[in-house]
Amino acid sequence: MERNPMRRQLQTMRKSLFDQGHLDEQFVQLEELQDDANPNFVEEVVTLYYRDSARIILNIEQALERKPFDFNKLDAYMHQFKGSSSSIGAKKVKAESTVFREYCRSRNGEGCMRSFQQLKKEYATLRRKLEAYFQVARQAGPMETACRPK
Amino acid sequence: MVVETGFSSPRTDAFPAGLRVLVVDDDPTWLKILEKMLKKCCYEVTTCCLAREALNLLRQRKDGYDIVISDVNMPDMDGFKLLEHVGLEMDLPVIMMSVDGETRRVMKGVQHGACDYLLKPIRMKELRNIWQHVFRKKIHEVRDIESLEGIESIHMTRSGSELFDDEHFLGGEDTTSGRKRKDVDNKRDDKDLGDPSSTKKARVVWTVDLHQKFVKAVNQIGYDKVGPKKILDLMNVPWLTRENVASHLQKYRLYLSRLQKEGDIKTSFMGMKHSDPSSKDSTAGSGLHNSMDLTQDNVSNGSFSFSVNHTLAPSVDLKGHEGDRKGITSGPMTELKGPFSIDITDPRKVKSSKISLDHSLGSVDPNFASFGSTDTRRYSWNEIPEIRFKQEYEPLELENGFSQLPLPVLQHHMLTEYPQPAASVSPGPSITEKEATGSGFEVKPMYDEYRSNHVKHSNLGESHSVNNQVFKPISATTSSMTSQETIPNHLTESEFSPKNMYEGVGIEDLQLCWLQGDYYAMNFGVQGLDCTEYNHPAIISETPFHLYDAPKFEHEHPFDPTDQGLFA
Repeated sequence: MERNPMRRQLQTMRKSLFDQGHLDEQFVQLEELQDDANPNFVEEVVTLYYRDSARIILNIEQALERKPFDFNKLDAYMHQFKGSSSSIGAKKVKAESTVFREYCRSRNGEGCMRSFQQLKKEYATLRRKLEAYFQVARQAGPMETACRPK
Repeated sequence: MVVETGFSSPRTDAFPAGLRVLVVDDDPTWLKILEKMLKKCCYEVTTCCLAREALNLLRQRKDGYDIVISDVNMPDMDGFKLLEHVGLEMDLPVIMMSVDGETRRVMKGVQHGACDYLLKPIRMKELRNIWQHVFRKKIHEVRDIESLEGIESIHMTRSGSELFDDEHFLGGEDTTSGRKRKDVDNKRDDKDLGDPSSTKKARVVWTVDLHQKFVKAVNQIGYDKVGPKKILDLMNVPWLTRENVASHLQKYRLYLSRLQKEGDIKTSFMGMKHSDPSSKDSTAGSGLHNSMDLTQDNVSNGSFSFSVNHTLAPSVDLKGHEGDRKGITSGPMTELKGPFSIDITDPRKVKSSKISLDHSLGSVDPNFASFGSTDTRRYSWNEIPEIRFKQEYEPLELENGFSQLPLPVLQHHMLTEYPQPAASVSPGPSITEKEATGSGFEVKPMYDEYRSNHVKHSNLGESHSVNNQVFKPISATTSSMTSQETIPNHLTESEFSPKNMYEGVGIEDLQLCWLQGDYYAMNFGVQGLDCTEYNHPAIISETPFHLYDAPKFEHEHPFDPTDQGLFA
């Protein structure tokens, strides 16, 4: 059991992220990559993800403003977004991307819009949680190894 | 970590450490992650987010990488296209990645030659084992190496001994390969003496000549019925093995299928393009071609005048379209740049005897795909090259490639080997005969047009009596296909001097000789393609590039055939 209260809190937050399905195994992979050479690797990657994916989100938003919908384009954007989201293990976000793509394939504009709203919500939620997580992580000090979710 | 110092310092224990990986992905997050993962495997990582950039890196350092990992969906270039290029040009193992694991996508990856297809998110353990692909390829290469006889060693030495420079092999991480390389090296030393009996283990160098034989054999057998053994038998190259042919055939098929796709697009377009080359020719000064005038436009049109110098006949000027015949200028042979240089820049030099192989070849491309089928489309020779060009080439790129830098080794090949077909054609009488006996060749209307155009041109240009006589019969007979029998003979003529070839042979000549009664029109094209192929960046890359070890690029020609046509 982690003695350091900050560490404990961190572990709790982390566990919840996994339990609630926000993150998947890929996140653990990132944690395992973190080492002395890259002590803040996970946070760097997540930051990079949010920065880059924001661009894709914007593209999708703009595409959804143009009627009629260019479903192929939307699908392509979402494919890109999904790939990106898979990099940090953003489980719920990734799942919603798949739903969106399905609506694209079935040419369901309404479905796309709804799905996109949901996706943005998940995306924002995860970001919030991860930001909080990293804040605590920084305060808690370096962790040697990631705790694998059991 | 093992550095690519060759096998000189094999670190068996460290293997596969130091494996040089090039990662291509437009997603910066993944790029960062993969880089870290690969570094953790002790691999040497280079990342880039653009396919084009990746190709540049690969071309700049032909032996600078051992394996390429690339995403499928990239903005500037389709990952499959990149995959193809890498396979043809550098013959490196390529691993594809995607978040999309649909069977059909994976199948496509495999079809295009990917040695593996990873699904994102990618795990470390998946990356740890990528060295096996590099190793496997090395093993296969060594197996393909056949004992070379004098001819091959000549080719090799001509190509420059760098070909077998061990450094160009896997950068030393693979100790086993290193040992083998060592053997090769030793053997090579012996080989250079031209000792036919030494079993030099070297990569088969698919020279222009060799490839021509290959294509001829394929055409003869019929693409549909082709098989490595049959091809091998027909080719009659003693030192070549069935395995060599098999792997070459595989690459050839891939190339053809791609051309086929492009050809389909261009078919209608090409139509009568070469209907009026005269205007162009006049500018060029030679009946046939303006081939060399590779202006930006031309380039974009896909004129691949590989024929380098316009001076030499085999300039494979794929440009054919719009009547630009890039023929092979029958100028001084010396100028022949060889198949790899795309000298689009100098139309003026095009002499009458230019053989726009490209033309023939270009149009043939689609034909390749459907060997044996009498597809009229096939005969729009200009089609293919142009198509390709348009699609893939950016004018800018072309220009780069066109710096008329002499292509060292390859050019030689071109010079010596390539002209042969033309040579065979040149003897007027024989051609005539052939024409008379031509059979079955469905010369497409375009061809006729083209031919007549060429005839015109050739007449305009240097006096090429041969051409004249050659063409006459041709004009007369729509399907003037030289008889199959005759052509092969000609083609195998070795005393053909390039000079002769260029002087007397025009594209028509080449075309004629290649048109064989039994060959499909496409064969003709194919034959011509032989030239073009070499010229064509794509083709060239297919043949010499990957067949050669990286070293080949060392003495490389400045020209980047691949740049020219393959990569849009």
